[in-house]
Amino acid sequence: MTAAGRISRRGLFAGGAATAASALGSAAVGAAPASAAAGPSVEPFHGTHQAGIATPPQAHAVFVAFDLLPGTRKEALGRLLRLLTDDARRLTQGRPALADTEPELAADPARLTVTFGFGPGLFAVAKVESPIRPLPAFETDRLRKEWSGGDLLVQICADDGLTVAHALRMIVKDTRSFARVRWTQRGFRRSAHLHPSGTTQRNLMGQLDGTVNPTDLDRAVWIAQGPQWLRGGTTLVLRRIRMDLESWDAADRVAREFTIGRRLADGAPLTGRAERDEPDFEQVNRLGFPVISEYAHIRRARTADPAARILRRPYNYDEGLSRDGESDSGLLFASYQADVDRQFVPVQRRIAEGDLLNEWVTAVGSAVFAIPPGCAPEGWIGDGLLG
Amino acid sequence: MYFRSALLLAAVVALSGCGSTTGSTGSTGSTGSTGSTARATAEAGAPAAAEGLSITDPWVKTAEKGMTAAFGTLVNDTDAAVTVVAGASPLSPQIELHEVVDSGGKMIMRPKEGGFVIPPRGTHELAPGGDHIMLMGVEEEVKPGARIPFTLTVKGGQPLEFTAVGKDFAGGKEDYQPGMGHQ
Repeated sequence: MTAAGRISRRGLFAGGAATAASALGSAAVGAAPASAAAGPSVEPFHGTHQAGIATPPQAHAVFVAFDLLPGTRKEALGRLLRLLTDDARRLTQGRPALADTEPELAADPARLTVTFGFGPGLFAVAKVESPIRPLPAFETDRLRKEWSGGDLLVQICADDGLTVAHALRMIVKDTRSFARVRWTQRGFRRSAHLHPSGTTQRNLMGQLDGTVNPTDLDRAVWIAQGPQWLRGGTTLVLRRIRMDLESWDAADRVAREFTIGRRLADGAPLTGRAERDEPDFEQVNRLGFPVISEYAHIRRARTADPAARILRRPYNYDEGLSRDGESDSGLLFASYQADVDRQFVPVQRRIAEGDLLNEWVTAVGSAVFAIPPGCAPEGWIGDGLLG
Repeated sequence: MYFRSALLLAAVVALSGCGSTTGSTGSTGSTGSTGSTARATAEAGAPAAAEGLSITDPWVKTAEKGMTAAFGTLVNDTDAAVTVVAGASPLSPQIELHEVVDSGGKMIMRPKEGGFVIPPRGTHELAPGGDHIMLMGVEEEVKPGARIPFTLTVKGGQPLEFTAVGKDFAGGKEDYQPGMGHQ
């Protein structure tokens, strides 16, 4: 009874009578897992672009960066990427990896995606000019080495934590002979099916986070020029942004909304009525001051040209508490764009120059990767570069 | 489960003492054979076929040198049983078809009498802890991701050629102490 009630409610949230009906059906037979109500749980692996970027964000993510072992040669990179592609190809489709010691854990992929990125050090090994470099220094940054840089990135996302853990385990086992782990960053969003797909997520400051994303990914995200091996790919900037939730607690709602320029309840701009309303940056109050402050976050982060917008796919992080109960929380700000210098850097520069939100958030990690395009069934990720 | 099927097969196949002639002589003889056959090499995952016999997901455990083993699932698409009697690879001058059996509570590996028998329209799994292709005297490092060619000799049929991929793997330790069980 309880289970049926819960599942049917989930189904209704997922949107659509058909979903709700199938959820009830599942509950009635009492055997099907809750995810059966959610439709297909397999994301395609092969294609023009790698999965895990345009894919609707899954509930769980881990980003792991590796440093290649000294003396690694290009030939070894080819072997590594063949192995990792094979793991990803199987696991994302719900099949065990080759020599998988826990094949049962591969059975429910839960929309698993595995996405690969190349850092500057990998290009040095491949003896190819790197299309990416670390971001310029920003005065507001407090970067720590343990959250920054890396030669090879693997981004693993799924709607189930156990699926993510198993995929990470396989990937790491196949990478150990080639590289050492530099950092691991885990994040989460709302559980799958709690809200309709496409709902903007909330971060740990309580804000709707990621309202404005590009709609034309072919212009904003996917690379169409430059070296052939990168076409259909993109770039990832991963910033670890720590939130000072203790001092944020001291800010009242008016101050919080003034800081962002949006209402907390529904994410509507202070000049509008709904989340998706265009903010009116010209509107002034009766004292003649802008309703959306000159230093409000949405004004500083604004990119007028939709083709220049970054694709944000953020995950929350919430690590251990201090003995005093202070949290180590924040956002894994994952941003995908065709051109870091043209799209990401100007936004970050405006934010660093003056954004009320800087009072409570600090970048403590930063890494930039080139994301190669997807591959065909007979190919592997990076084959155009390393093959 | 692998152990059980290995034991069942051992019971079915006539045993003829310890010095498995089929396995070792067969492998020596086949090393140089260049098969006048339908050659089919395959990446791990893509089945390689020779006259109805194929292997899926072939892989070989990485090793610096000495001994290692290869695994995969043999698939018989014919209406008659197929027997693999020997294996060969440029990686090793000495290859045997092995089984792992329980000997007085201890798992030991030994040459499999009569080779691997794949039932009609059936499969035969080669896996750590079970039947496997044993490589001895490996002198060149088997690196992760390496593609290693293999040839299996089929009794009364065309050889099966395939490519196995090198994988780091912690298990299958019994493969490395064949002498331990043969005191």
